[in-house]
Amino acid sequence: MSAVRLGLAQGGMEIRQFLRSREQVMFTLAFPAILILVFGSIFTGTIAGDVKFTQYFVTGMIATGLMTAGFQALAIQIPMERDHGVLKRLLGTPMPRWVYFVGKVLMVAFIAVLETTILLTVATVLFGLDLPDTGARWLTFLWVSALGITACTLCGVAFSSLARTGRSAPAVVTPVALILQFISGVFFVFTSLPSWMQNVASLFPLKWMCQGLRSVFLPASFGPREPSGSYDLGTVAIVLAVWCVVALALCLTTFRWTTKRDG
Amino acid sequence: MKEGDAAIAVRGLRKVYGDRPAVDGIDLEVGQGEVFALLGPNGAGKTTTVEILEGFRKRDGGEVSVLGADPAQVAKSERWRQRVGIVLQGTGEFDELSVGEVVRHFARFYSAPDDPEAVITRVGLRDKAKARTHTLSGGQKRRLDVALGIIGRPELLFLDEPTTGFDPEARREFWGLIKDLQSSGTTILLTTHYLDEAEALADRVGVIAQGRLIAMDAPRRLGSRDEALATVSWRTPDGVWESAQSASPTAFITDLAARFGGEVPGLTVTRPTLEDVYLEMIDAA
Repeated sequence: MSAVRLGLAQGGMEIRQFLRSREQVMFTLAFPAILILVFGSIFTGTIAGDVKFTQYFVTGMIATGLMTAGFQALAIQIPMERDHGVLKRLLGTPMPRWVYFVGKVLMVAFIAVLETTILLTVATVLFGLDLPDTGARWLTFLWVSALGITACTLCGVAFSSLARTGRSAPAVVTPVALILQFISGVFFVFTSLPSWMQNVASLFPLKWMCQGLRSVFLPASFGPREPSGSYDLGTVAIVLAVWCVVALALCLTTFRWTTKRDG
Repeated sequence: MKEGDAAIAVRGLRKVYGDRPAVDGIDLEVGQGEVFALLGPNGAGKTTTVEILEGFRKRDGGEVSVLGADPAQVAKSERWRQRVGIVLQGTGEFDELSVGEVVRHFARFYSAPDDPEAVITRVGLRDKAKARTHTLSGGQKRRLDVALGIIGRPELLFLDEPTTGFDPEARREFWGLIKDLQSSGTTILLTTHYLDEAEALADRVGVIAQGRLIAMDAPRRLGSRDEALATVSWRTPDGVWESAQSASPTAFITDLAARFGGEVPGLTVTRPTLEDVYLEMIDAA
């Protein structure tokens, strides 16, 4: 079997497992859509004059969705699989090790696309979200999402080595994800946060994903309201790329296939 | 690999955890096509030894050759992994997939896999082929483990306590599967707590205690139990049980029969069981 087909088969197996675990499907796919329902119904007003709050909020939800699919899901799932010996079992077969990661990446990509589509559909149909109206904006949407999910996926794999047991993984990962959401402008307008909080958030990918997505869903006139006075897509690209490189280096050096008690 | 080379050759194997030696100088050879059982109490070093041979753990000393290669060198070699099948203790299942899906997926990892449907039938899971693995019983999960261990048609199969938690009937069926693999020429290294299992399956057994191999022989001859004194028991006409130990039980019984003038009531002749010999060895170690 060719390497490409093996990778695809592994991805297919991961996606099938995901689709069959009902709770996971519900939480991953429906949660952002439910959040937009809640927030969209509470905040019906506008910001900066004529920008619908939904328009702002949806960018944070998309970014959160990508972070959940890439970072949170993998940082929890991989320690569990390690704990249950799934990784060790794979290690005992001739499966090339990269196949495992290709499977995870395909699963994350599948979930991210599905989840974002559901989110945009709900926001458009129920809250009159204006979808990007130029090819350039769609292109920005594409690269910010792709770079963002890549960074999140790599961070998720890197973070998976931190949890010592599968059971402790959610406790290690969830607070990180939640705090990042609060300080990165997902639930509040970023510039309304204290500046020290903005500075902390600027160290992590989520803030930059949100900012890049705002350039897609908010009018150009909103740009000057960003902390640096513009959407600053150059910095968005650089920060996310640096995170990809750092996380990849961590993955390559710290990834553990077996638990500590396996020696 | 040359004809007649051992499938597994171990010399002076050592593994230390902290300052406690878990494996303390083991020498071992398993021939091609042989079924070898490692016996020993929990914590004696069985699993550590096997996991070193499987390429999962690093050793601290000694020489190891498995199918002509050092596991520490070839642990990541796909070619070596093609030839080795591993059934670990307590490995995770793929809960949401069916038995058939998991076995077919694992078949993709191998260059010349067995037919997945045939393997599923062989391990006795044909009726469960479409069942999600999380619905399987403990024994059925273990059979799936074995199916995944043999799907690549390995030359050498490691089985780490394969029948723990089986009911007696399931164990007998499982033994049939192992004998079947044995007759098709697969070399098998087995660890077990069950002495009857070792006796039924193994060509030779090795007893590990405190990191050392304290005995190694055919189950029938282990601890010279084939030459040990036989215990003859019988019932006297008063209904009292008596027994005597004898190096020549045949002559003893002939005398006994003459005394009774025929049939000896309740007559049994026993030699130490594998369990007797084993427990004695473990106590002495």
